[in-house]
Amino acid sequence: MSETYIVGFDGTPQARRAVDHAATLARSSGASLHLVFVLEWSPYSFHTPEELAERHGRREQELDRAHAVVQPVVDELTSGGLTVTSEVRHGNAGDLLCKIASDQNASQIIIGRTGDSALAQRLLGGLVITLAQAAPVPLTVVP
Amino acid sequence: MLKRFLWGAVLLPLLSIAAQAQEAGIDQAISDAIAPIINPFVSAVFYSVPVFGTQFPLIVGWLVIAAVVFTVYFGFIQFRGFKHSIELVRGDYLDPNDAGEVTPFQALATALSGTVGLGNIAGVGVAVYLGGPGATFWMILAGLLGMASKFTECILGVHYRNEYENGTVSGGPMYYLSKGLSESGKAALGKFLAIFFSICCIGGALGGGNMFQANQSFAQISSIIPFFEGKGWLFGLIMAAIVAIVIIGGIKSIARVTEKVVPGMAILYVGAALIIILLNIGSVPAAFGAIFAGAFAPTAVAGGAIGALIQGFKRAAFSNEAGIGSASIAHSAVVTKHPVTEGYVALLEPFIDTVVICTMTSLVIIITGSWVPDSGVTGIALTSKAFEANFAGFGYLLAIAAVLFAFSTMISWSYYGLKAWTYMFGEGQAKEIVFKIIFCVFVVIGSSMSLGPVIDFSDAMIFAMAIANIIGLYMLMPKVKALLADYHEKLASGIIKKMV
Repeated sequence: MSETYIVGFDGTPQARRAVDHAATLARSSGASLHLVFVLEWSPYSFHTPEELAERHGRREQELDRAHAVVQPVVDELTSGGLTVTSEVRHGNAGDLLCKIASDQNASQIIIGRTGDSALAQRLLGGLVITLAQAAPVPLTVVP
Repeated sequence: MLKRFLWGAVLLPLLSIAAQAQEAGIDQAISDAIAPIINPFVSAVFYSVPVFGTQFPLIVGWLVIAAVVFTVYFGFIQFRGFKHSIELVRGDYLDPNDAGEVTPFQALATALSGTVGLGNIAGVGVAVYLGGPGATFWMILAGLLGMASKFTECILGVHYRNEYENGTVSGGPMYYLSKGLSESGKAALGKFLAIFFSICCIGGALGGGNMFQANQSFAQISSIIPFFEGKGWLFGLIMAAIVAIVIIGGIKSIARVTEKVVPGMAILYVGAALIIILLNIGSVPAAFGAIFAGAFAPTAVAGGAIGALIQGFKRAAFSNEAGIGSASIAHSAVVTKHPVTEGYVALLEPFIDTVVICTMTSLVIIITGSWVPDSGVTGIALTSKAFEANFAGFGYLLAIAAVLFAFSTMISWSYYGLKAWTYMFGEGQAKEIVFKIIFCVFVVIGSSMSLGPVIDFSDAMIFAMAIANIIGLYMLMPKVKALLADYHEKLASGIIKKMV
């Protein structure tokens, strides 16, 4: 059975570099890639009643938009001869990447270093630290 | 362009009223103008019969009898199902694939932010002032019984909600009254009750969900910032402007800040109450003694035991809204495969709101000895006095808490009112804006009126919602029983199982 690399992907140039790095590794090792797009979401955040009523629709939109960002990359890498799968999930990026890595018996996690906005940088910076401390498998951070 | 025009339409008349008003006079003028309109309505809703020499409003009996009926009909579900409720809120049954949907915790938190508010601070002050310590006993009892009412109405709200193409949902009593009753061939009655409920819901949104909130938070602010004294209209204008920014301007960030601060305030409030209770732990047995003694044989209370009971029941219903139908609107938004889970989650609301938070307020008032019959110190002033007795300067904190509670309650009720409005007049941006403008105008009216007419109007409108809602609940409770049986069958057979 071939190895699996989990790649955190959110459509940013940094995440794209992580994907490219993972693809290069995969070509030489014959591993398959699993792209994970995490939509940050807390089950404990507070909302107004109006937001609750719109939530189901918003969630569908968010999933559609994320899939639209991931799918072209999956197609491109697949046509390049790699085995690539993807998933879009709501939740905490650190928790989810660790859980998916364990569930899929992955051999490593690959993520980009920084996001493109101040907020994304904070989130991704947080992600690097979280994964460095909690990842169940080796972690590669692509600058 | 339209928006700018509408803004002008709201602000110009208000500003000119304000400008003419100068100092005092305007508050009285608004009070005088409104009173003749609302007084007949208030006396109709609170039609009272003499019981043992005191006036007993039939509507209070209506709510309590319904709560007792649901409690018995569902076999004391609020006690038997309490553990299951906690498990649901904790997320034990959440499917990880549904991540990103509204969770039971969020639905509970949002519904609570609509009910935990001034009812818990000011309402309890009114209850203890008028009903004595004994009112607390009846308040707790009403809270425990009300859990069954809320269970019933929230299951129906989810079961009969409308789901639209764009993923949004609309639910609540107006939907289960019309759809549920038409299933059993009573479409005309269902439609009538739904419309009646909607009219009262709009009134309740403008009354208890708005004017009462504005009025009591103004009372607290003006007591600590002398500048505002007698300038209710000015406070109202400021408050109305902030509410307008959120509900008309769609600036969700303000609401979001509030939604984050309000739970913090609630914890702070309950924490302060706990500290005061612990500091005076020696007086707690005596306080409970006064509560039990006062519940059955009160002294210095108008109407004796019945007077205490009426005050306790009234304030509990006003605070936790069980049987009123409002929470059903908020809970309908939750995506769940089983409406019954929302019932279990919702039954925690009266417990947290009334049995825990209201009781704490009441204990603080009683153990600090702040209650002085016929002193005129009532409502939020009484609660404030009780807290100040232990924490100097607590009045400031309470003022901030009051304003934030009031604000979040207004935002919730503006949504409930809006849903009733769109049920009657149809969905549409222009129609929605009309309601939202009316809502903001009532903020100003509420903070300008003296407390009496505001409380009476708030009570009347909110209780009137219960007339239609509870008729519907009685007719639809076999449906709830069937849903409940089906749910427990699935639970027993393992189709629904814990995910963690």
